[in-house]
Amino acid sequence: MRFGIVVNEGPYTHQASDTAYHFTKAVLAGGHEVFRVFFYHDGVNNGTRYTVPPQDDRNLQKLWSELAEQHGIDLVVCIAAAQRRGILDESEARRHGKSGDNIAPGFRISGLGQLIEAGIEADRLVVFGD
Amino acid sequence: MPTLHTVNKSPFERSAMASCLNHVTDGDSVLMIEDAVVGARKGTALADDLRDRQRTCALYVLGPDLVARGLKPDDLIEGITVVDYAGFVDLAARNMRVCAWL
Repeated sequence: MRFGIVVNEGPYTHQASDTAYHFTKAVLAGGHEVFRVFFYHDGVNNGTRYTVPPQDDRNLQKLWSELAEQHGIDLVVCIAAAQRRGILDESEARRHGKSGDNIAPGFRISGLGQLIEAGIEADRLVVFGD
Repeated sequence: MPTLHTVNKSPFERSAMASCLNHVTDGDSVLMIEDAVVGARKGTALADDLRDRQRTCALYVLGPDLVARGLKPDDLIEGITVVDYAGFVDLAARNMRVCAWL
């Protein structure tokens, strides 16, 4: 079965990103497919590579990036939500005259159409948030 | 066309669980995750309602979130099933859709 995952909450806020991460891992372990993970609202904050939690804490951004690399998962950050919160890739940074970008490996910036597509293409769309 | 409903906040903090219970229909499943797991405890103001609900829908609790809050399966209302993340995935697959009460 094909799953779409939506993350509406940033890391280290309550628990939504952790739950979504563990759920996504269980989806893959169960032999299912992850069509896309879409990060929306404060969820876009999962996608900055400048995240530096204490060494004895889990690094959610890194965990998502590693999962994307290992399983080829599409991690999409909503562009409007990202720009409001200072999440930029190289071309967006250039377009807005910013000095640098911070998008994490495995994440890409795109639009709400990607969420709609996930809703259409996935058999189940599971939402995590506040 | 059964639905899996997920609730992630304590029913003693927010009204998401109450809204969810007002919308579940026969054959649906409700999974309590994150802070919502405290709603599955015995002896609370919600316990009688949840016990009655089990006649028409199935109630589940996410085990790792239960343990993280120092609760044990013995602390739960009778009939509520503890599942792990794999069980969460199975519930999502078995139901036609998943509705998150955020």
